[in-house]
Amino acid sequence: MSLLLRTEKLVVGWQQPATQPLDLSVAAGEIVGLTGPNGVGKSTLLAAFAGRAKVFSGRIEQSPGVRLALQRQDVPPVVGMPLSGRELLALTGAASDGLPTWLAGRLDIRLDRLSGGQRHYLTLWAVLQAPADLVLLDEPTNNLDVAGVAHLTEHLRDRAAAGAGILVVSHDTAFVDAVCDRVIGLRGSDVD
Amino acid sequence: MSTELFLIPFLTGLACAIVLPVLGCYLRLRDEWLAALAYSHVAAAGALLALLAGVPPVLGGLSTAALAGSGRRLFAQRLSGGASDALLLVGGWAIAVLLAANAPMAERLGHALFDGQLYFASSQELWPVASGGLVVLFALRALSSRLLLARVYPDLFRLRGLSAWPIQVGFDLMAAFTLALATMSLGVMGAFALVFIPPWLAFRRAANWRSGLRWALAIGVLAYVAAFALALGLDQPFGPVLALLLVLAGLLVA
Repeated sequence: MSLLLRTEKLVVGWQQPATQPLDLSVAAGEIVGLTGPNGVGKSTLLAAFAGRAKVFSGRIEQSPGVRLALQRQDVPPVVGMPLSGRELLALTGAASDGLPTWLAGRLDIRLDRLSGGQRHYLTLWAVLQAPADLVLLDEPTNNLDVAGVAHLTEHLRDRAAAGAGILVVSHDTAFVDAVCDRVIGLRGSDVD
Repeated sequence: MSTELFLIPFLTGLACAIVLPVLGCYLRLRDEWLAALAYSHVAAAGALLALLAGVPPVLGGLSTAALAGSGRRLFAQRLSGGASDALLLVGGWAIAVLLAANAPMAERLGHALFDGQLYFASSQELWPVASGGLVVLFALRALSSRLLLARVYPDLFRLRGLSAWPIQVGFDLMAAFTLALATMSLGVMGAFALVFIPPWLAFRRAANWRSGLRWALAIGVLAYVAAFALALGLDQPFGPVLALLLVLAGLLVA
C-alpha cells in the first residue's frame, strides 16, 4: 500500500501549540481512526492537514499529487440558501450512486428543507464522494441515526477498498471500532 | 409617452434591472449584501468629488468604487462583523452630504445621485451599463460554481488549489463597478432595492440555485417595468416608486 500522508513529531495549533508530538501515517486503502478527549486537538490536526491551522514543530509529508477532501464538524452554511442536494453534489463532483434510499429520492429538495440528519449525511456524502485520494472526516456520525451510521460504515469500507485513504476523527467508539483498520488515541497536550 | 424620449432611459434601467438581482444573489450567498449599499454611497461621494475637481463625475464614481472594492477585503480582515461595509457606507454618505451641502454645483448632482436620474439617462449612460452588465453576467456564469464551492466548502476550495483572487478581489471589484454604474442612473436606493429585495424573495421561494437566479431576475425586471410605467404615469420620481413596489412585493410574498 502506498503512503499518502505521514507526520513526524507533529505539533499543531492556532495561536499556540494544541497537540502533543504525533507520528501518524495513512496509506491508500486504509482507514485510520483518531480518538481522544475533547480539547486534545483532533480537529486542529485535520485543519493543519488542510492548511488552515499552524504547524509549530515536526513535519507533514504528503505524497506528490495527492488530492485531499475534508469534512468539518460544522454543517455548511446552507440554511436560507436555495441549493438542492443535486446541485451540492455537482459542486464537489460527487456521484449520487450508492446514496441510501432514504436520501436518493430527495436530491431535488432544498438542503434547508431536509431534516438535520438528512442534510448532514448529504453534505458529508458530497465530500466523501468528491474526487480525492485521502479523505479527512471530523465526527462524521454526528446527527446520524442508526441507519445512517450503518450506511456510512459500509460505504467507508467500499471507498477504502477502491483505494482511498481515510482518516476519521470520532468520539463514537463503536463506529471507530467497526470501521477503522487502526486507531490512534491522542492524549492531552502537556505543552503550555 | 414619447417613445423616443424615454427609450434610452428605459433600456438603461432595464439593463440594471437584469444585472443587479443576479449580482445580488451572489452578494447574498456571500452574506455581503451590505457591501452593495456601501459601494453606492462611496460611488456617490466619488462622483461629487470628481465634479468639484473638474473631472467627469462618472469617472470619479467608478474610481472610488473600484478603490473601495479592491481595498474592502483588507479592511474586512481587520474589522469583523461586517464593520468594514458599515464604515464605508457611513463614510461615503457623510462625504457626499457634506460636499453637496457646501458646494452649490455639487448639490444638484448629489440630489440626482441619491434620488436617481433615470429619465435623464442618455446613450452615454446606456452603453457602459449595457456592455458592463453583459460582462458581469458572463463573469458570474463562469465563476458561479467557484463562488458556491468557496462558500459551502471553503476547505475543499483551498485543498483543490483553486485560484482565490477571482472570487475575492475580482468579485468585489465587479460588484463595486456594477453598483457605481447603477447608482449613476437609478440612484443609491433604487440600485440597492434591486440588488437586495429580488434575491431576498428568490432565496425564500426558489427550489434550487438555478431557479433562484431566475426568480430574482423575473422579480427585478417585472418590478422595474411596472415602476417605470407607474412613475411616468403618475409623474413621480422613479427610484422611490421602484423601491415602494419592491417593498410591497416583499411584504406580500414573504
